[in-house]
Amino acid sequence: MTMTRVLVANRGEIASRVIRACQELGYETVAAFSEADRDARWVREADSAVCIGPPPAAKSYLNREAVVQAALDCGATSVHPGYGFLAENEVFAQAVVDAGLIWIGPPPQCIGLMGDKSSALRVATQAGVPTLPRSGVLVSLDEALIAAGVLGYPLLLKANAGGGGRGIRPIESPDALVVSFDQARAEVGAAFGDASLYLEKLLTGARHVEVQIICDSSGNSIHLYERDCSLQRRRQKVVEEAPSSFIDAVTRAELAEAALRLARAVDYISVGTVEFLVAQDQSFYFIEMNTRVQVEHGVTELVTGVDIVRQQIRIAHGQPLSLQQNDVALRGAAIEVRVNAEDPEMSFMGSPGTLTVFEAPSGPGIRVDSGFGSGDMVQPFYDSLVCKILAHDVDRKAAIRRLEIALTQADIQGVTTNLSFLGKALKLMSFQEGTHHTQTLESEIASGG
Amino acid sequence: MPEIHEIAAPFPGVFYRRAAPGSAPLAEPEQVIAVGHVIALVEVMKMFHEVQSAVAGRITEFCAEDGDAVAMGQIIAKIESQS
Repeated sequence: MTMTRVLVANRGEIASRVIRACQELGYETVAAFSEADRDARWVREADSAVCIGPPPAAKSYLNREAVVQAALDCGATSVHPGYGFLAENEVFAQAVVDAGLIWIGPPPQCIGLMGDKSSALRVATQAGVPTLPRSGVLVSLDEALIAAGVLGYPLLLKANAGGGGRGIRPIESPDALVVSFDQARAEVGAAFGDASLYLEKLLTGARHVEVQIICDSSGNSIHLYERDCSLQRRRQKVVEEAPSSFIDAVTRAELAEAALRLARAVDYISVGTVEFLVAQDQSFYFIEMNTRVQVEHGVTELVTGVDIVRQQIRIAHGQPLSLQQNDVALRGAAIEVRVNAEDPEMSFMGSPGTLTVFEAPSGPGIRVDSGFGSGDMVQPFYDSLVCKILAHDVDRKAAIRRLEIALTQADIQGVTTNLSFLGKALKLMSFQEGTHHTQTLESEIASGG
Repeated sequence: MPEIHEIAAPFPGVFYRRAAPGSAPLAEPEQVIAVGHVIALVEVMKMFHEVQSAVAGRITEFCAEDGDAVAMGQIIAKIESQS
């Protein structure tokens, strides 16, 4: 029997998480690291390690050829991409498969279908999953004004190509559309080489609710209910929880069913997340599907007891799901915050440096995911996530309280963190009462500290 | 007398001479620039910071390549101020 050896092609807390899951399954691990990360904790946790290039991500963690070559050189049988970097890169996934290696993720064509905005929306519509009302591609202001009249304001003006929020503008009125249209066309054209725009209905006061799904290669597919990630800053999730306290039982069942319909429509295999916006009246709309393990998967693991990463690795190696839908039950509530090396008093500017002290909170119902230890460097080259702190308790109110206490026990020195900002977010009356939505954090704590 | 001014990276991170891959460089060697001209970007934890010239003059050289890692305070360009 050949030993299973997994190349972990990522860094930080998710690399650490994957290494642990592999060890539990009896698989060997090889950490793929950049020159900047040579001495990091997760690199030491792996059975062995291989350098894939210089510090800038483009030359290491995003370098497809270097990662595939490293996998072949170290005798890996499988590649785990984590999240970010190459995790949703169809070309990379295909290159891994073509090299005769096991790709711990969905079939490459699923990544392609879901990664392209227009094909994802087309698949959703075909699968009977609701999407936000939107116009076709608009090439002139006159066209845009007619489409806006049909859809009704407020609207979002969006780029057909690209992503990352570039070119997105809220449009409240025809006057605003007149002012914004040509500007947006110029910006989007310069950024993506394609100036086409479309309009989409803007939901105000909506919640971000996402469904975790798992599908194996034998045709079994289950959901692990939902996460609510409505506290966001600049479209980045800050606080995540499971289950959602906002949706009712009917919506919960309909969302899960819609997510599974979408996954089955593309013959999805692996873990994945289908993201929705849920309006105040509980109507919901598909946003996108993330074809990988997510940062916030831990809250679902806490309330369901299902190890998502372990299931993902098992399924990639041809094993069936080890549980059925009936086995999945929700127990209590879990909440997570993302602790970042950033300065809330300085427009959330990144704060790289050495973690002179890194004391994570602990105790009943507390989980901390981190790839760092005291003395490790938080590098300027990558994202600012230092750790995720999660709390699980009998209900949402108890979980919030437990997390608030844990945050006061975290001692992180050497870099500036957003810990105080996270404490304020948890204390927001609207969050405590569960009446918050995706604009709450920015409107109630503004952008500063 | 012309004087050579060194421009240092204000933060550690990744040095870029272009605003986006494939677009034209923000400034070229030999280019004459005004005070405040953005000559490069430094990416720190996925946020991009503009590096502006504090002096007017002619760019004599760039000391880092597009996409290189740079340390805080590392010299990234030299400018000859106009006398």
